[in-house]
Amino acid sequence: MAAFLIPLAVLCPLVASIILFTCARHLSTRGVGVVACGGVGLSALCCVILAAWLLARPVTEVLHVDLWTWMRAGGFSAHIAFMLDRISLLMILVVTIVGGLIHIYAMSYMRTDPALARFFACMTLFVAAMLVLVLASDLLCLFIGWEGVGLCSYLLIGFWHDNPANTAAARKAFYLTRIGDVAFLCALLLLATATGSLRIASEVGAAESGQVSHMVVNAATLCMVVAAFAKSAQIPFQAWLPDAMAGPTPTSALIHAATMVTAGVYLLARLHGLFALAPAVQALVAVMGVLTLLMAACTALVQSDLKRILAWSTISQLGYMYLALGCGIWQGALFHLMTHAFFKALLFLAAGSIILRAGHEQDIFRMNGLGRAMPGVTAAFVAGASALAGLPLVGAGFYSKEMILSGLWPARFMLAGHDIPAGPVLWGLGLLGAFLTALYIFRAVFVVFEGDSRTDPTGRTPAGMGIPLACLAVMSVFGGMVEMPDTLAPIHLFTAFLGLSPPQAHEPAWLVLAGALAPLSGLLAAWVLWGRTPRIMREMPGQASIIPLAGSTPRATDALYGLVFVRPLRVLLWFVRHDVAAYCLGRTGRLTRLASDRLELARRGMIGLVAGRTVMLTREGSILLGRMQDGRVRWYAAWIAAGLCAALATMVLP
Amino acid sequence: MPPLPPPPVASQALWAPALSFNESLVLAAVLFCIGLAGVLARRNLMFMLMSLDIMLNAAALVFVAAGARWHDAAGQVMFLMILALAAVETAVGLAIILCLHARGRPTLDGDSNNLLQG
Repeated sequence: MAAFLIPLAVLCPLVASIILFTCARHLSTRGVGVVACGGVGLSALCCVILAAWLLARPVTEVLHVDLWTWMRAGGFSAHIAFMLDRISLLMILVVTIVGGLIHIYAMSYMRTDPALARFFACMTLFVAAMLVLVLASDLLCLFIGWEGVGLCSYLLIGFWHDNPANTAAARKAFYLTRIGDVAFLCALLLLATATGSLRIASEVGAAESGQVSHMVVNAATLCMVVAAFAKSAQIPFQAWLPDAMAGPTPTSALIHAATMVTAGVYLLARLHGLFALAPAVQALVAVMGVLTLLMAACTALVQSDLKRILAWSTISQLGYMYLALGCGIWQGALFHLMTHAFFKALLFLAAGSIILRAGHEQDIFRMNGLGRAMPGVTAAFVAGASALAGLPLVGAGFYSKEMILSGLWPARFMLAGHDIPAGPVLWGLGLLGAFLTALYIFRAVFVVFEGDSRTDPTGRTPAGMGIPLACLAVMSVFGGMVEMPDTLAPIHLFTAFLGLSPPQAHEPAWLVLAGALAPLSGLLAAWVLWGRTPRIMREMPGQASIIPLAGSTPRATDALYGLVFVRPLRVLLWFVRHDVAAYCLGRTGRLTRLASDRLELARRGMIGLVAGRTVMLTREGSILLGRMQDGRVRWYAAWIAAGLCAALATMVLP
Repeated sequence: MPPLPPPPVASQALWAPALSFNESLVLAAVLFCIGLAGVLARRNLMFMLMSLDIMLNAAALVFVAAGARWHDAAGQVMFLMILALAAVETAVGLAIILCLHARGRPTLDGDSNNLLQG
């Protein structure tokens, strides 16, 4: 039965998507919503049944479903095959349940949009592709899902394609993630040539038993890291995610916060056995993760667009996950992935409700004092904010960050034979990140909800949007309590779920205390700066210039991309367009003629004659060759046929 | 060139092909030459496209014939792929003709559209 449910879970959203793409005209607005939510809901039901089935089995049980052989060439074979173990079970539960809630929300949110069917078709297709990504047991099959989610991301960022800025944002996201896709393909080719198969289990097994050379493992993992960084908008690819907020808010919640951007984290966690063999790459992941974490948190601190604050916050939280992966705490990264999916989806959906009620206003400085007008949405947003900040006990983020931070303390890097105890430094930077997180998110909370009411929100938040908000708020508050540090309570449901033994070494109590105090001090600082004295900070001109570096980061990275990628391409294009080669040839010919004329005048001798002949030959030759390029297709075809005949003759005739 | 593997034993074949392998090769070569001559001689873009399709079909015929000779379905699979290729090629060609119309050059003369001349 379980083997039948896995393809069914993928098929339900896929069929819904096909229905919506093909027969949208015959469906009413309500029908479109029912088909989309039904597809994702059925898939969620399948996943819950699968979870009940798998959790009743021993932890090492892995369910393999081989659908068909995709290709077989020489010693290489690729399969369309699914695999359900504890990691993929966690991912499909997160994807379908959070995705289902977002679909229900989107039914109300997008109700008046004329292209509703196209929106839901892309969303359900995304869920299907994401399920393929997390369930695949063959890396090539995983790549299908990887490309599929990228495509849906592109389609949905540019959903309102009447505005050129939106399509530009979509293209930017597509191009930047494409760099990562190429790196992913390089990694696949390396691994395929090294082992002849792309099965995840056999890859990791072959690498661990030493059949794959050290260099191949390093190169392949490095390519994987580039791919994951591009997908997750980490340094140096961070520029696309803030622009991706041009899409509808449910898209930002589902794709650019909860699921797709965490695909890279999933990939690295799935291949953690492979990464353990490449400590240098792991160290790189940790360093880039911590850099991204701090840079994105500083940038979020000076943004004034509510959705952009959340986007930079997503980048920053993904930095946490990569920091954990780089130090080998992949279970902590997965735990943070889960809680992050809950609270970031909640924050985005609440932000969507606020923006809708405030009349499509996204600037936080123009929507003061919304707290009294919409208490329910305020409560949801504050629940999400405290979970993101990791306020002790009341936020899911506290427990997952605690798991990462306490794992960071003893971390060491083995680089080129040296044992580098980098743990305390990374721990300190992670703690600084937690402080900044609380600072920027409560800045948004205080500015948006406190103070005098300037805008007059109209209408009510419909139940279709309220219920998903309430569900996600409950998950954000209580979702983290499945795993607690030993100092608080010996609850280790999450590590037990993944089939790992709970950490043996007890972290010192002051580590937990520091992890709890950092967000609290951030909250206090935010209250002092923006909550208590609203006038001073809010009326300050050029608010973004407090941290000049952070304020200019987005522009600086765009300029950097322009310098590194766009400028050389432009130069190349200029060369091609102005036919520089032909120009140089022509110039050379003219120069030769000039020189020969001078020589002729001077000598009227042998040299002049030879030079004259050269000029004539060059000119005649160029005219003859130019005649070949007469722009007539038939002559080109004739040349090709003649060349083919000549090539065949040299091959066939002895 | 490596020697070709022998065809399967005759008793395994359930039917006899209407054309022998050599005959179909000759037919394909004739078709190909007709198509090539059409591409080279006609000036009408539509007829050039049709001639291109004849050439593609000649190549496809070789695949089918080879598949029939060695009793391998791969030849027919290749035929399907060539069919798709031909459809794509025709679509692109027709799109170019439509583009020319949209640009104000409503002509089907392949030789007059020679903006790319050197």
